[in-house]
Amino acid sequence: MSPTQTVFHRALLDGSAPIPDGLSDGQGRAAGRRFDVYRNNVAVSLTEALEVGFPAIRSLIGPENFKKVAGLYLRQHPPSTPMIMQYGTEFPDFLERFAPLSHLRYLGDVARLEQAQREAYHAADRAPVEADRLERLSPDLMAQARLELAPALRVLRSPWPVHGIWRYACDGGAPKPSAVAEDVLITRPEFDPVVQLLPPGGAVFVTALLSAQSLSDAVDAALGEAQDFDLAGMLSLLLTGRAITAIFPPKEQAT
Amino acid sequence: MSKTMKTVAIAGAMTAALTAYSSPAAAQDAKEKCYGVSLAGQNDCKAGAGTTCAGSSTVDYQGNAWTLVPEGTCADIDLPAMADGSERMGSLEPLDRDLPS
Repeated sequence: MSPTQTVFHRALLDGSAPIPDGLSDGQGRAAGRRFDVYRNNVAVSLTEALEVGFPAIRSLIGPENFKKVAGLYLRQHPPSTPMIMQYGTEFPDFLERFAPLSHLRYLGDVARLEQAQREAYHAADRAPVEADRLERLSPDLMAQARLELAPALRVLRSPWPVHGIWRYACDGGAPKPSAVAEDVLITRPEFDPVVQLLPPGGAVFVTALLSAQSLSDAVDAALGEAQDFDLAGMLSLLLTGRAITAIFPPKEQAT
Repeated sequence: MSKTMKTVAIAGAMTAALTAYSSPAAAQDAKEKCYGVSLAGQNDCKAGAGTTCAGSSTVDYQGNAWTLVPEGTCADIDLPAMADGSERMGSLEPLDRDLPS
């Protein structure tokens, strides 16, 4: 940034900073309060972006608190790209480190779940693999095959009942969360992300597939964590989420 | 579990999952974008709820604004006739009728 931009940028996010020198309106008059209006619009629009992106957090801590927290966040973490849809990447970490909210220790993971939904929403389209292709593979090739998963797929592991808390926060009619660790799968079968609770072993399974392990190895990994891992149920979740986009049997491993 | 048993188990699980997947129930929630059917200010947006283009249509049944509707119903939605008495229909493609002036 040029020195002029640096001064302008700093003053933009600090309400107590003086209006930068040399700013004038179209008729050569000093910008004065016009800069204040602009400065206020920047903060308000970023706050609104966070409100839209993190409705569950807003509901958990209350709209007034949320505005205050957003005001602190946006000054510490101004946007790093012009694309406002990605604004808030550091918000989960920020919430975890934010002392006044440290009694709500699950907030970071709930925010991660909300951010993951936005990522899923904006991820690239990819057509699901044809069922035909899965049906025709011999059992041996199937077991050794790698699966390619959709760009919109996200997995979130949490020591908190993150799915229950998120659902409860978004929908007052939802049951109260129970005190268990929960893993979440996000897919995008149509236009909107779908958030689902993962069964035991599911997160390990999907993570193994994402790291290009074969179906057989991914099943081993899942069974290592949960002996009652339900493979058919898990594959069904992925298929209905239109999240399996290709299958590579061992002979044609993609490079 | 032996290697053969596991191979069979994986193939079996895939078959079971595929059967559930291809049943008719799986398709009934499908949506499509339907242009020209939303009331002013009530259109959906590609960028998601709450973003600036959702709710940005300014006239009823605006032709270039869309709403997600259950798949296959777009052209069947009942709409009032046009000012000239001709029928007004929803469309899967943007329309050039009812544009804001």
